[in-house]
Parts: sequence; C-alpha cells; structure tokens
Amino acid sequence: QKLVSFPWFGMDIGGTLVKLVYFEPKDITAEEEQEEVENLKSIRRYLTSNTAYGKTGVRDVHLELRNLSICGRTGTLHFIRFPTAAMHRFIQMGRDKNFSSLHTMLCATGGGAYKFESDFRTMADLELLKLDELDCLIHGLLYVDSVGFNGHPECYYFENPSDTQHCVKRPCSLDNPFPMLLVNIGSGVSILAVYSKDNYKRVTGTSLGGGTFLGLCCLLTGCETFEEALEMASKGDSTNVDKLVRDIYGGDYQRFGLQGSAVASSFGHMMSKEKRDTISKEDLARATLVTITNNIGSIARMCAVNEKIERVVFVGNFLRINTVSTKLLAYAMDFWSKGQLRALFLEHEGYFGAVGAFMELLKSSEEP
Amino acid sequence: MATPGGTDRASHSLDKSITLPPDEIFRNLENAKRFAIDIGGSLTKLAYYSTVQHKVAKVRSFDHTAKGDGEPLYEISVQEEITARLHFIKFENTYIETCLDFIKDHLVNTETKVIKATGGGAHKFKDLIEKKLKLKVDKEDEMTCLIKGCNFVLRNIPHEAFVYAKHADSEFRFQNTHPDIFPYLLVNIGSGVSIVKVESEDKYERIGGSSIGGGTFWGLGALLTKTKRFDELLQLASKGQHTNVDMLVKDIYGGAYGSLGLTGDLIASSFGKSATADKEFSKEDMAKSLLHMISNDIGQLACLYARLHNLTRVYFGGFFIRGHPVTMHTITYSINFFTKGEVQALFLRHEGYLGAIGAFLKGAEEDNPNQYSWGENYAGSSGLMSVSPDLNPMQRARSGTFDMLEMDRLERQLVNLPLLQDPSSYIPDTVDLTEDALAREYWLYCFEEALDGVVKRAVASQRDQPEAAERAEKFRQKYRHKLQTLRHQPFAYGSLTVRSLLDTREHCLNEFNFPDPYSKIKQRENDMALKYYQKVVKSLEELSWDQRQFALVRGLLAGNVFDWGAKAVSDVLESDPEFGFEQAKHQLQDNSGMDIILGVFPFVRELLIRGTEVVLASNSGPALNDVTNSELQIVTERIAAMDPVIQAAVKEDRLTLVQSGSSSPCLDLSRLDKVLATVVRERSTDLVVIEGMGRAIHTNYYAMLSCESLKLAVIKNSWLAERLGGKIFSVVFKYEVPSKTQGQY
Repeated sequence: QKLVSFPWFGMDIGGTLVKLVYFEPKDITAEEEQEEVENLKSIRRYLTSNTAYGKTGVRDVHLELRNLSICGRTGTLHFIRFPTAAMHRFIQMGRDKNFSSLHTMLCATGGGAYKFESDFRTMADLELLKLDELDCLIHGLLYVDSVGFNGHPECYYFENPSDTQHCVKRPCSLDNPFPMLLVNIGSGVSILAVYSKDNYKRVTGTSLGGGTFLGLCCLLTGCETFEEALEMASKGDSTNVDKLVRDIYGGDYQRFGLQGSAVASSFGHMMSKEKRDTISKEDLARATLVTITNNIGSIARMCAVNEKIERVVFVGNFLRINTVSTKLLAYAMDFWSKGQLRALFLEHEGYFGAVGAFMELLKSSEEP
Repeated sequence: MATPGGTDRASHSLDKSITLPPDEIFRNLENAKRFAIDIGGSLTKLAYYSTVQHKVAKVRSFDHTAKGDGEPLYEISVQEEITARLHFIKFENTYIETCLDFIKDHLVNTETKVIKATGGGAHKFKDLIEKKLKLKVDKEDEMTCLIKGCNFVLRNIPHEAFVYAKHADSEFRFQNTHPDIFPYLLVNIGSGVSIVKVESEDKYERIGGSSIGGGTFWGLGALLTKTKRFDELLQLASKGQHTNVDMLVKDIYGGAYGSLGLTGDLIASSFGKSATADKEFSKEDMAKSLLHMISNDIGQLACLYARLHNLTRVYFGGFFIRGHPVTMHTITYSINFFTKGEVQALFLRHEGYLGAIGAFLKGAEEDNPNQYSWGENYAGSSGLMSVSPDLNPMQRARSGTFDMLEMDRLERQLVNLPLLQDPSSYIPDTVDLTEDALAREYWLYCFEEALDGVVKRAVASQRDQPEAAERAEKFRQKYRHKLQTLRHQPFAYGSLTVRSLLDTREHCLNEFNFPDPYSKIKQRENDMALKYYQKVVKSLEELSWDQRQFALVRGLLAGNVFDWGAKAVSDVLESDPEFGFEQAKHQLQDNSGMDIILGVFPFVRELLIRGTEVVLASNSGPALNDVTNSELQIVTERIAAMDPVIQAAVKEDRLTLVQSGSSSPCLDLSRLDKVLATVVRERSTDLVVIEGMGRAIHTNYYAMLSCESLKLAVIKNSWLAERLGGKIFSVVFKYEVPSKTQGQY
C-alpha cells in the first residue's frame, strides 16, 4: 500500500472560520524520523507544541482524537481553527515553510477552497484538491461518530428538554443514523436530508445563521468576537427585548394554544423608544441569540415534518460553547413536535467538513 | 401573530391644521346602524351599515284597453328607493377623537347600542369610544375578524387579489375571482407572523407562525439605524445596498456554488459581513439587509407550511405589507425563490379593512350579510393608492389620511353562468387597460371626451328639476376626478377595463341621483319601434327561408347601431332625429327600442316558431340606453298583444324573461343573477346568443362556453374597429362550438 506522504491535513474554509484537522503520527520509527525532511518536522512541532497560533488561531485540545488508526498508521487527530480573514497570512506561512516541497496533497472543502484556490497557487505554489462541502460534512460526521470520542460516544442529546430544572445532557449512539435531517449551522445554515452515506439532498437553507448572530451582536453591542457575544448573551434576559404572547394577551392565547411565555415578536419591545433607552447590551445579545436559534429550530422542524424524518442532528460552529442554543433547539424540537422529534448534537460540532476532506486525502492514497 | 402595529403613515409630514371634510367621508351617517371599529397601532378602521335613499326610474304600464293613438307605451316615474350600503373608513389614530365627535353629532339612529371592536388598540380607546358614542364596546377576536373579512372581500370584490411585479409593465396583476375561494393560507405579518389555514367560512386553524415579523423589522431597525418610524425604515431600506452587509455565496465561494445551483448573489449569511469587517455600515444598507432577512424568512416559512398543507393560494397581509411596494416586492421575491415559482404571493386591495369588515360581519350576523352579494361602489371608494415615491406628496399624504370603501348590497345573489367552460379561468374583459397603455390612453381620452354629452343628457332627463344642472356638474367633477386618478393609478380598482370605466360612470351618475338618463329616449324609441313591429314581421314572413334568416341577422345587427354609448352613433342621433331603422340597416353594419323590438323580437319569434324555447335575459338596472328587465316586461306584453306567436309562447312558458343581475352595458358572466343561472340549468340551455358591443366585444369576446354560442355586435368605434382589423360599423358575428377536447363529457 502506497501512502500519501505526510503531513496529513484536511481543511474546510468557511465564510467565517477555517477548520483544519491535522493527523500527528505517533508511530514514527527511528528510521522514518531520520528520513523525515526538516520542514515536515518543523510543521509537526509547531502544531503540536502550541495551542494557539498567531493572534487568532486556536487548537481545540479538548477535541483531539487519540490513538486513531488510519491506513495502518496510529496517531492523534488535532482540531485547529482560525478566522477566514486570516487566510492570506496562512497561505503566506505555507510559502514560508516551503510547504509545496513536501509534495503532499492539500484537500480543501468549503467555499474558500474555490475562492482561495488561485491564491494558494500563486502565493504558495500549492494545488488544492477541492471537495464538495456537503459530501465532506456527511463523510466526516459518519467517520467521527464511528470511531467515537476517545472511548465515549460522539453524539448526545438532552433528557427532559422541556424542563429547565431537569434538562441533562446524555450521551447516545448514532448506530443507525438514517434517515437523518442534518442541520449545519455555520455563518449561514444548510439543511440536508441524509438517507445513506452517499444519498442525501439539500432540503433548504437559511441566511439567518451564526454569521447573523455575530454580525447583529457586533452592531448592537459593539462586541468583537463570538466568545464575547456568547458571554454577554449568557448574562442577558431576552424578555426585555422580545414581545411575548403575555405582553399582548395578558396570558396564554388559548384559542391557538400559545403559551404566554412564547415569543410573539422578536425585538418587538424595541419599537418603543422608552424601552430602547433602558435596554442592556446583554439583553440585546441574548435576544439576538434566542431569535436566531428559535428561527433555525422552526425551519428545521418544518423540514423534518415535510421530509418525514424524526431525527434532527445539529452541527456547525454556531453551537460551539453555546449551551443556550443547544438546549433551546432541543426544547423547540421536543415541544413543538409534541415529543415526535429528537434533537441530537455532536461533540465535534464544526469540524466534520475538515474531517471529510482529510478522509478524501486518505482515500486517494489507497488507490495505486 | 396579529398584534398591534401600524405605520403612522404621514403623521409627521401632514399639516395638522388640515380641516377634515367629514361630511364627504362619513357619508350616510344619519341612517347608520351597526358599528364596528378596528384600531391598529396607528390606523383606525371604522365600519358601519347604512341605507341610501336614491332615485330610481320605474316604468309602469298604462292600461292600454282604452288608449288613444300617440300615447306613450308606459309611464316613467322617478321613485325613491332605499338600498343597503356598507361604509368603511380608514384614518389615522390621531383623528380618532375628532371623528368620534363628528359621528356622535350626526348619529340619529338610537337603536344602536353596541360597537364591535377588534385590533390591538381597541382596548386603549375603549373608554373614549364608550364616552363619546355612548355605545358599549364589544370586543371580538382579531384573527376571527381577519378571516371573516378576508372571506368577504375574496367572495364579493372582483380583482381583490393581486400579484405584485415590480418591474413588469403593470405592477399589479389582478386575479380572477375563483368560484371557490377555499382553501387558502393567510400569512398575517403584524409585529409577529401568524400563518392561518382557512378551509371554509367557519373553519380555520392557526397552523404556525414566527416571532420574526414586522415588529422585528421595526424594533431591530430602530436599534440599528436610530430611525424611529416604520415608514422611514422602509424608505431607508429602499435606498440601501444589502450586499455591503450580507455575506453572499460569492463572498464565500468567489462565485456560484454551482453543484447546488446556488447563485453567487444569493445571501449566505444575513449581516455576515458586519461580523468580520471592522467598519461603519450605512443606515440604508443595514435597513435593506434587515428587510431582506425578514422577508426571506417569512417567505420560507410560508412556503414550508404551504407545502405541508398542500396549498397554492397564499395571501399576505398585516401592517408589514399594507400596500408597501418595498415589502410586497421582497416577499414576492422570496416566495418565488423558495417555491421556484410554484406558489405566487398574493396581496389584497382591501387588506387594511379585513379586521373592520370581519368585526362588522360578526355584529351583523342576524342580517345575514353573507346571503347577499355585494358590489364595490366605485364612486364612493378611494381605490388602491400607490405609495410609490413618484406620487405627488400631497396625494400621498391625503391617501394616508382618509381612505374609504363602500359596498352596495345587491338585491340578488350573483353566481357563475353554469355554461362557462372553465369558471376559474374566465376573464370577462377583452382588453386589460392596466397592461395595455395605448388602449388605456385611448379609452380614458374617449370617456373624458364623452363626458360633456353625458352631462347634457343627464340634465335633459330631469328638466323638471331645477337643481339637476348643479348635480350634473358635481357628477362631472367626480367622474373627471376618477378618470384623472385612473390615469395615474390604473390599478386603483383592480384591472382597468372599458367595463370598469362604464361602471364607474354609472356609479357616479347614481351617486348624484341620475338613475337613468336615457329613460325618456328609451321610452320614445320603444314607442316608435312598436309601431313598426307588425310591418317588420310581415315583410319578414314574405321572404323565403334563406332570405329571412339573412334579414333577421341584419335586423339584429341594425338594431345594435342604436347605441347612445358610442360616440360615432350618438353624434348622428343627436344631429338627425329622423335617423331610422332603415337607414341603420343600410349603414351596416341591444339596446332599447329599435334593437330589442325590431331586431331581437323578430329573431326570437323565428326561434319560437321552429320550436325553440327562448330565455331572454336583460339588465336588472339601467345602463345607457340598454333595455332593462322591467321595460322589457312591458314591451313583451305589448308585442304579445299584437302577435299571437309571442302571446302563445309567453303563456306556455316557452318565452321566459329573466333579469341578468347586471346594471352595466357590459356583462360579467361570473356575476349573474342566481335565478337566471337556475333557469339556464333547468332548461338545459344549449345555445347562448350575446348581443352588443359591451357584452360581446368589450366583454366575453374570448369567453369559452360549454355549449354553442353566437356573439354579435356592430363595432361602433373606429379605433376599436381598426384594432380588430376592420372599419367602423363592421360586424362581428362569431359562432362558436365548444371544442370536444376541452369538454368534460
């Protein structure tokens, strides 16, 4: 078996974030190490000895998959992300490290694989193997789920989603995953109905996604990062911003079975100047988060019903460190479907595209 | 969700010192009973039922047993008739107190005890209304009122629904009234969104909704742009570039995402650029991005619900829509995108009135308003105003201040002609003047030119009344104003057609108590024609069969020349009173007098002789010099008295006179008297003859019937003749057999 030469990467260049997976072989023999060229070593050392790269690159250490056996090699899969805005610096680094001399293939997916293709070529003399992002997403997801998360299940759900007191995260298996509705929440949202590994369709999408949450939060509160926005949202109260059913009807709207606590109009209170003048940034951030999350939940639920699929899997980096949204989605699926639908989540939220691209790299190595 | 909201349109720009002309607005208050009010966030809609007393020309037969020669056939008397009318008035909440005061001062009817109220503001103004009007405020559920109102306008107002196409020749494409309005989806975009499935008059269900609605646009928009008012936000949005704020597919891909068919210009992430770029965004761009985000989201949800429930008719309403071209455009775009054109976004001309209409209907259930048919009164209704920025500001301010809708209760129920091949695709009018700018120009000019003549005729018909000239002058002003409005807003009352122009004129004439300006002319002509009847019949009988058939058709068409509605003819008739039937026949190429008596009756007679049963349908109310049913009754009596063929036929019920339900020179076969439809069905009618330019050319020229039909008319208008490729006084004789393939049996 002829293996593709190291380093092994998989890259997903999205609208906001670049997701990179890197396989660190742990079974390098002494002989192999001697033959290894210097810049390959230096890349490995750089990536594995740091957890942050430049100002904005981050390695999600808690996500790394250890003792992974792939194509006869054993090692650790590392998960790294940095903003798409830093893409040119990244390409420059590839040139500085003389990446092209390593004669490896660079597998990339996401829109940026197309957008930056010529930059890779002209700036770093690198050829990208461009891959479809939805293919990669599904392949990556199925792979990570099959190998598990260092001995634990990759997948989880919330027990008692409609009861905030007793809502608990529970691991589960995705043994028989098809059909599933796959909701990928990145900058925007894509919703896929997946019937098998290679049989799926994109049902719809919405432009109200993670980018909208962050974009609106930046405009409304002056925050600059996703982390900052989420931090504010966690402290805020959206009912100061949103108009609830009870604000209009005094209580439940029984005729239509709407609870008084349901949101009737997102940002509805903000029509009034008095309310606008007294509102906190935290409340605005929370309302933005709730609005976007509920809307995604609503569209996903309608798609699930239309496609007659009961399992709804939410992925994408919008859900990173975002328990407000995951719990809200779990609640929305359960409540509005009267228990018919179940929301499932995956620990590696936004990295499946990159994993899928990485697997494509290995696939090519199996062929002579 | 139907929640309070509104546009407080124009309240800032409007000069508050403007004096209200309430007597022009709150008409017929003295007879008003049954009030309903719908108070939104900024606009109040008031509804009341009233009766209108107006003059009608009645004909009554003389006792002919002792009649001397030279006496007229029948007498015409002008009587007062009382008809029911619904009034709807929309005004800004700012005026509510002034308006309530005015109503109190003019309210005579003391039987009224309650006022039905709906809308978010009903609560806020409850005390004020009860104090001012001394009426008890009775609250009705908003959604129920909305649906009731929606059903009512869809059923009773032709061209109520329209498709909006911003870049088309005519922005508004009006829809035919579908014989069955159910089921449909109503997407009400107030501060939130309610999606309601309506299956029948009383069965509806809120199947979904969204919290992202008009309130989100307004609230979030106000936060982002520091702009307070809803209209201003829309204005900002109409000037903005969303691509500066939104992340497009091409921003991520560098181009299109080809394999999924997503174009580069598609929005991938709303506000996506405001998260990555560290820069200032213009108010306009943010407002535009927000508008797209919300419209697309609502459109997407509406499509998902429409698909789930298998519905293709989706109406949009609520203050977010309310005639705003900007939001109608973005919603239309979104629906087209998400359904790939399978579902069309529909809007309603009287969307703002639905709640008030529904609340009114709730209170009027004992009057059974749904048992009747109703017609929009063009004279008393403001029509749809474009809020396009091109409109002069005064007009726009005015339209935002007071808007009116009046509906007349028709004395009979109107239904489809059972012989229409496909009622759902039937369009009465031959030319849509909203789309055909050249034709529109011509006809508007034509009607304006003819106005002097109509005024003269109106005055002449009431010589005994000294103030007739003054009323006629008011009529002239009103109709001229309508024509001017239609020149700028041809879509004001639905599709503009020759029929609607004629009907508007009739409505305006009625408004100023000129119920039948042609009654005396018709009387004189009928008298004269009757004298010739026997002579005509005799000369026909002397002809061979072949010759007779030809002569009969010539007669039918010759009679049709006597049309006071056609300028070319009325000019001749005015100048040469002796212009006779023989001359008309030579001119060749349904009117009263010559037409009906010397043209139609001999033809009917021939049919009867060969054993054919005949149903003779004529107008219920007067229009130009067209014969009315009551006149026809008398004429038939008189002919029967001198012609045993007709007499026997009437006696044996082989000749039946039925009114059409129409009071127009044109004919809408989807709004015919129910009795006529029943007779047509019972008698298994297998041939329909439609005669006259209004009924067979301006309307029904392309009408497809499920039986044989004959459409005949003389083209008495050189412009139209030219358009149809002929000369003035050319003949249309269109015999059609239904194509087998299209028939069901």
